[in-house]
This record gives sequence, structure tokens and C-alpha cells, in this order.
Amino acid sequence: MRAVITVIGKDMVGILAKVSVKCAEKNINVLEVTQSILQDMFAMIMMVDISNSSVPFTEFTDELEQMGREMNLSIHAMHEDIFNAMHTI
Amino acid sequence: MLNARDILETITMIQDENLDVRTITMGISLLDCCHSDSDIMCRKVYDKITRYAKDLVKTGEQIEKELGIPIINKRISVTPAAMILASTDDKNAVKLAKTLDSAARTCGVNFLGGFSALVHKGFGPGDKELIEAIPEALASTDFLCSSVNIGSTKTGINMDAVGLMGKVVKKSAELTADRGCIGPAKLVVFCNAPEDNPFMAGAFHGAGEPDCVINVGVSGPGVVRAALAKASDTMDLTQVADLIKKTAFKITRMGQLVAAQASERLGVPFGIVDLSLAPTPAVGDSVAHILEEMGLEVCGCHGTTAALALLNDAVKKGGVMASSHVGGLSGAFIPVTEDAGMIDAARCGALTITKLEAMTAVCSVGLDMINIPGDTPADVIAAVIADEAAIGMVNSKTTAVRVIPAIGKKVGDELDFGGLLGGGPVMPLSTYSPSKFIARGGRIPAPMQSLKN
Repeated sequence: MRAVITVIGKDMVGILAKVSVKCAEKNINVLEVTQSILQDMFAMIMMVDISNSSVPFTEFTDELEQMGREMNLSIHAMHEDIFNAMHTI
Repeated sequence: MLNARDILETITMIQDENLDVRTITMGISLLDCCHSDSDIMCRKVYDKITRYAKDLVKTGEQIEKELGIPIINKRISVTPAAMILASTDDKNAVKLAKTLDSAARTCGVNFLGGFSALVHKGFGPGDKELIEAIPEALASTDFLCSSVNIGSTKTGINMDAVGLMGKVVKKSAELTADRGCIGPAKLVVFCNAPEDNPFMAGAFHGAGEPDCVINVGVSGPGVVRAALAKASDTMDLTQVADLIKKTAFKITRMGQLVAAQASERLGVPFGIVDLSLAPTPAVGDSVAHILEEMGLEVCGCHGTTAALALLNDAVKKGGVMASSHVGGLSGAFIPVTEDAGMIDAARCGALTITKLEAMTAVCSVGLDMINIPGDTPADVIAAVIADEAAIGMVNSKTTAVRVIPAIGKKVGDELDFGGLLGGGPVMPLSTYSPSKFIARGGRIPAPMQSLKN
């Protein structure tokens, strides 16, 4: 099972590190990362494997969103299925 | 690999453009709850609903979290209550209404639809008792929604039922006058009612449906408007229709995914996805704003019917391929008090009931959530219903009337319901009388299906 984590907000030091650490803590493997900075806005997309996650996915999304609020970023983790459904036939 | 642009597009749709799944509705048949003793029947009804739908809300919330897509409502629709009421000796419709309401409360859903009767050709056992009990049923419950089908293309219009519904709508408002006349906001009068509609207030579980089924209603007027806003103003209408189709496809794919997941997790067959653009009073979630984005100064001006026809058709065309089964009402809704753009258009006088009536000939439902003066006579309400049913009957489409007589208020006053039901100005109706026509009763015969012009 794969999920997509998106981080959008103002660029600052350590965003990638913090999100990766959170993944590692939960035994979630990072498969791919793309990031871009457009006019000071930071947009990162991470593809992760949640098959061996140590916590239920819903708990993980809650923790990420909480972390996002603390860092003033919008962080979301969503199941890969939603993107596949919408953008592939 | 998914590309970053697609991912960000989905995120923007959800975060900024109010994309959501409007409802997961579980349809439950109550036909096996029939019993001549109404106490036993009510117990069976309560047990069956709470057994089948016990995990509905929890499962909905789980899917919402995992997919990251808001699922606004979890609801239940049941067999038209008049059908099972017919089996009881005492025909106590209010008792059944309260039972349905308490089952809805136990399951944690926000509406339960199906306090309904299908009387398009005539009244069967239980039908009249149920219809006459609607005002009290809606006044004494919180979650119950009611609908009555009074006509169809194949049967014509039951004008006795139309006359009765005029009185029922009025009385329903009077009995809930202290709660913002909320009663009639939960009551729909249909012509050609679909049996698998997941949207309230008109949802019921048709007699041809399986024991239990999952239907999903998608939404997303904000997404369509945003897509048009980003596109070039020089697009011609063919290109506009194409853009709407593509957007509707994406929205519906999401609904299909949610429906498939819900059906699998609940172990209940998947029924249909209803591809409707259902507005909410939230800014950026308006069907009127889509029409304005197409190039109308304000919704309700000349050109509105044509723009709505294009929108309604493109939504269906785009959505059909995205789902394995499409049904319900599918198209664009135009509920006035639930749509920020419609409310503004009604306030400034651009949108009138006569224009709305024309729009209902091409939209997916009918005259929906319209506040009318509190002193409107019952036969005028009946005549509004008759006009609307005639449009549906002749054009082989679903039409419906959900008007709210604002007791104690007059044209221009505001009536607010709050939440998804919104609020808006009281709109004027013609004050000339159709009394004699309505008092005739009888049936309007079914229309010709040939010689179409």
C-alpha cells in the first residue's frame, strides 16, 4: 500500500528532515521525493510505502497534520488510490 | 508514477475548491418488517436499520481519513414508509416516523429519508394516512425526511394528491414556525422520482432495489467554477462544455472510488453514483457562480436556461464514463437557499420563481429550497407543484418542489435555516388564484410519447 504525502507552505530549514523522521519512526519507507520552490512557497510530494507501518494510517495522517499546524505548513497524507482514480483511466 | 501536477491539482480541489463527497447513503429495504401490530413492526424497523447501518458512520469516517477526501454526510434511505404502514391495523404514521428518527439517531446519521408515499396514480392503503401525518411527523422528529411522488410520465399527474400536498406543505411550515419553518425544508414533492437517489430530502429506497445498497452522491460546483475561471475567456461554448466534462469525470471518479470502498468494507452491494453538482452556502461552492463564470452578469438573466442546459448535460456526459453505475438525480441542482450565488441573485431581483421554473426544465431536479410568503394559500402551493410536475411529466425528467412558506414573513424578508440548508430572501409568487383548477382534482392524463414538438 502506498500513500502520497504533500507538504505546502513557506520554505524553512528542516522540512524534509522532520517529515522523513516521522516516517522512519513509524516504519514507513520513503520511495520517492519531489520538491519545488515557487516564489518562496515550498511544495514537496513524497511517495511512501505504508505496508509495514507500525501505526494505523489514519493515526499517521493525524500526527502529520498536527505537525503541519505546529510548523505552519499544510501537510496531508492521502492514499495513492485517490490520485490514481482521478488521473488515470 | 503519478505526476506532481496531478497530485497538486487534487489537493487544490479538496483544499481550496470545496471538492467533497456529499453523501454516502445506505438504502435499506423495510419490506420484511411488515406486521399487523404496529408495535412489533416498529421494533422490527428499528432493529433492522440499526443492525444494517451500525458501522455506516464509522466506515465513512475511516474512508474519509484514509483517502483524505471529505465525506460530508452519512445517511440512510428506506423503503417508502407508506408501503409498510399499509400492513398495520392502526396505520399510526407518526409512531413509525418517531421510530425511524430514533434509529437514525442511534446510527449517528444526519438524515434518514423515506417517510414517503408513491401516489402518482392513486392512493393505496396507508398512503393517505402517511401523507396527512407528514406535518406532525416532521415537526416531532429531527432527522426524518419525507417525499411524495405525485406524477410520472407514464401515469400522468394525480391532482388529488397535488391538492393535498399544497395543504401538507403549508401545515408543515405552520407546525414548525417556531423553528424557522424547517418542516417543509425536509419535504419534497416529486414527479418521476428516482428509486435510488442518495440526496436528501428526496431519498427513498425503491421497491425494485435489493435488500441493502450503497449509493454515493458526489459534489463539486467549486471545482467546475475554478476550472472555468482558470480557462481563457475566449473559449467557445464547445470548449467550455468539454472542460466541464473533463472536470466532472475527475469528480465522479473520486465518488466511484469512495462508493467501491464503502461497499467493500460494509459488505453491501454498490448501487449507483449520483453525479450531481450539489451546492452549499459556502463561498466558492455555488452552481450560480458556474453560470456566471460562463459569462452571465448574474444568474437569472436571459441566457441562464441555456447555460444551465449546457452545464447539466456536460456534467452527465463527463460523469457517465467515470462510474460503473450512474443513477439518482445526476446533473446540476439549483436549490436557492443552499447556493450563495442564487441567494445573491434572488436578493437583487435577477432571479425570480418564473425564471427558476424555466430552469427546472433543463436542470436535474426542480424548484428547490425556495422561501415563499407565509400567507401563500395552500392551493397556490398546489398549483406550483402542478406546474412543476407538468414540466417533468411532459419532458420525461424528474422534477420536484421543495418550497418553504415563511410563516409570518413577507416578500423581501429573510428566512435562515443554518448549516447545509442555508437561508435566503422570501420570493414573490403570483397572487392570482388557481383555486378552481386545483379544486377539480382528478388526474391529468399521461402525455403522448410521439408527435413530439
